[in-house]
Amino acid sequence: MKKTLWIGLGLTLLFLLAAAVSLLWTPFDIESLDIRNKLRPPDAQNWLGTDHFGRDILSMVMSGARTSIAVALVAVGIGMGLGVPLGLWAAARRGAWLDEMIMRGNDLIFAFPSLVIAILITAVFGASAVNAIIAIGIFNIPVFARLSRSAALSLWQRDFILAARTCGKSAFRISYEHILPNMINLLIVQGTIQFSLGILAEAALSYIGLGAQPPVASWGRMLADAQTLVSIAPHVALAPGMAIVLMVLGLNLLGDGLRDWLDPKLRVTRA
Amino acid sequence: MNNQFIKCLAPLALAAWAGMAAAQDNNINVAIQLEPPNLDPTGGAAQAIDSVLYSNVFEGLTRFLANGAVTAGLAKDWDISDDGLTYTFHLRDGVSFHDGTAMDADDVKFSLDRARAEDSTNAQKGLFADIADVSVVDPTTVVVTLSRPNGNFLFNMAWGDAVIVAPESIGDIASNPIGTGAFKFSDWVQGDRIELVRNPDYWGDKALLDAATFRFISDPTAAFAAVMAEDVDAFVGFPAPENLAQFSSDTRFQVLVGNTEGETILAMNNGLAPFDNVLVRQAVALAINRQEIIDGAMFGLGTPIGTHFAPHNPAYKDLLALSPHDPERAKALLAEAGYPDGFTTTLKLPPPSYARRGGEIIAAQLRDVGITAEITNLEWAQWLEEVFRGKDYGLTIVSHTEPMDIGIYANPDYYFQYGDPEFAAIMDRLNAETDPTKRQLLLQDAQTKIAEDYVNGYLFELAVATVAKRELNGLWLNQPTAAVDLTAVHWAR
Repeated sequence: MKKTLWIGLGLTLLFLLAAAVSLLWTPFDIESLDIRNKLRPPDAQNWLGTDHFGRDILSMVMSGARTSIAVALVAVGIGMGLGVPLGLWAAARRGAWLDEMIMRGNDLIFAFPSLVIAILITAVFGASAVNAIIAIGIFNIPVFARLSRSAALSLWQRDFILAARTCGKSAFRISYEHILPNMINLLIVQGTIQFSLGILAEAALSYIGLGAQPPVASWGRMLADAQTLVSIAPHVALAPGMAIVLMVLGLNLLGDGLRDWLDPKLRVTRA
Repeated sequence: MNNQFIKCLAPLALAAWAGMAAAQDNNINVAIQLEPPNLDPTGGAAQAIDSVLYSNVFEGLTRFLANGAVTAGLAKDWDISDDGLTYTFHLRDGVSFHDGTAMDADDVKFSLDRARAEDSTNAQKGLFADIADVSVVDPTTVVVTLSRPNGNFLFNMAWGDAVIVAPESIGDIASNPIGTGAFKFSDWVQGDRIELVRNPDYWGDKALLDAATFRFISDPTAAFAAVMAEDVDAFVGFPAPENLAQFSSDTRFQVLVGNTEGETILAMNNGLAPFDNVLVRQAVALAINRQEIIDGAMFGLGTPIGTHFAPHNPAYKDLLALSPHDPERAKALLAEAGYPDGFTTTLKLPPPSYARRGGEIIAAQLRDVGITAEITNLEWAQWLEEVFRGKDYGLTIVSHTEPMDIGIYANPDYYFQYGDPEFAAIMDRLNAETDPTKRQLLLQDAQTKIAEDYVNGYLFELAVATVAKRELNGLWLNQPTAAVDLTAVHWAR
């Protein structure tokens, strides 16, 4: 096992833990404002200081982790849940009009800049965490559909699939029982990468005011709020900024490490 | 070695000198937050139109001074008949529009008739509602007859919506405004800037600057960067109050904090349950902590108000005692109104930070008494559509920057849908009254009435911050009307 995997895993678990803890407890209540204590630098009481409304930034970051992770996780879930079956279906019917329809549909979604469409969706249906999830989720579908189709296509050529076919198994059972288990490591690695992209997308949407609405904490909105305060209270911007950087870095390292570890070919060549 | 050093420095010094010479130009770059949608102050409602053009390009019969007083404009003086119905305006001689045509009584009649016409698009038609007839006596004399006495008439004629325009140039006024002011309109690059140049044929004291460029920066971060980098010489209505301390301590800049006519209110939809119940409105008013909002959203800039009236106005009545911060009583009032567990409503917020930040603070304060206010952030166009015209909201925060606009409460169709007949009666008496003392008493009755009915949550009087280069003189401190009057601005060097 590589060192990067451990660092990535550690960072990811740290934020997952922070998000989980924030469900039950945060150092301070983030919904009650304390204007008199605004913009206090980090000290023993407020480990990361307070923001322009006197809220504890550590509590906000913990709570924001929950928002980011929830949005990204559900969005990746939508992408996987719809994209993988579509990809498997297209691979099973390779060359048929159904394959064409699914893959051209994917191309259609890929052709749009994802963030622009996400902005459109949230602007039309209203800014909220749920709409942000849907907007980010839609763009995860073609990623997984394409990945699983190409992986499945090469698997379909293998001898053990041929054996399964001669046994009379249906395409559905072959996809489900033989193809899917053989590409699960690919999906995990891609899922980790998409998860980190989802975190970034959520931060971008809430930075421009189209993500979770106040009083729900969100890293992107914390950054936007801190923007004009950078010169007088840099810690207000630093905390959510570092949170985004570390979370995304952690997920990417984790994804890289998992790929090295899960891919038997890479493991052999590197050993 | 030494020689080489000097050789290297010489071109640099030359370049620096050239740069200084450029800065010595008698021009100014002034930034405001919003770009005007068009350039017709008599046809558009946007405040930004007046910010750029009022007094600079367009003038009315009377005008506002920097201290809010009303003085002679294009009319050098006037006579008022004893019954208060007939105003005879004596116009200044030799005033011409920027296109060379003369400004005379016919233009005044044209402007006033156009503004009060049935199909007029004037945003403040109420200013002209009492005019029964405008007649031309000779080229420098106009008689305006009112249908009823109006003690506010000269004040009304000073508004940006009542400026004098010419029939010759009215066709494309929205893109090429032709007025009588000390500056001529020169160019408008949409999305970027509006340029004005000095009018050499101005009838009064000529402008001290050769040219002025207006730029439009609404993003607080960009505004900060533009002033810091000295891309603009002045920013009128600086959007980020948290940065003002930094400018004050910088020797390159001066910070002017003045008052405005902007009553910032938490507007409640009086036509929508539960805000049709006065007990609920009172509960909301008592749930609000004004000082927290001023400190948290405006970094201390702003004066608390207890009614819809500017505190610097002599007729202002301090009614803050009617709505002190008292969450316990607010809860009791909610229970009395039939909402012991509170209720859920919408809080729709336009872009300025007083609304966005103030909204988060108010939502937290309302939560303390059991009211859940769901925040929706809107752009101005959406806000005008949904809230102002569509009346599809529960709560909203907005600053009413028109001077002396308490009359809006008499209009039942206004977006907060109050229009109490008793209040309308006070307004009618006020409009008919010309005696200053009695007018003042009626104005105070009106203030008391809307404060006791808790029509809206009255938050604070908006302050305006101007950040300018230290050598710049003559900018307005206060904003008695939306205006960036550059006619007296000059460089001290």
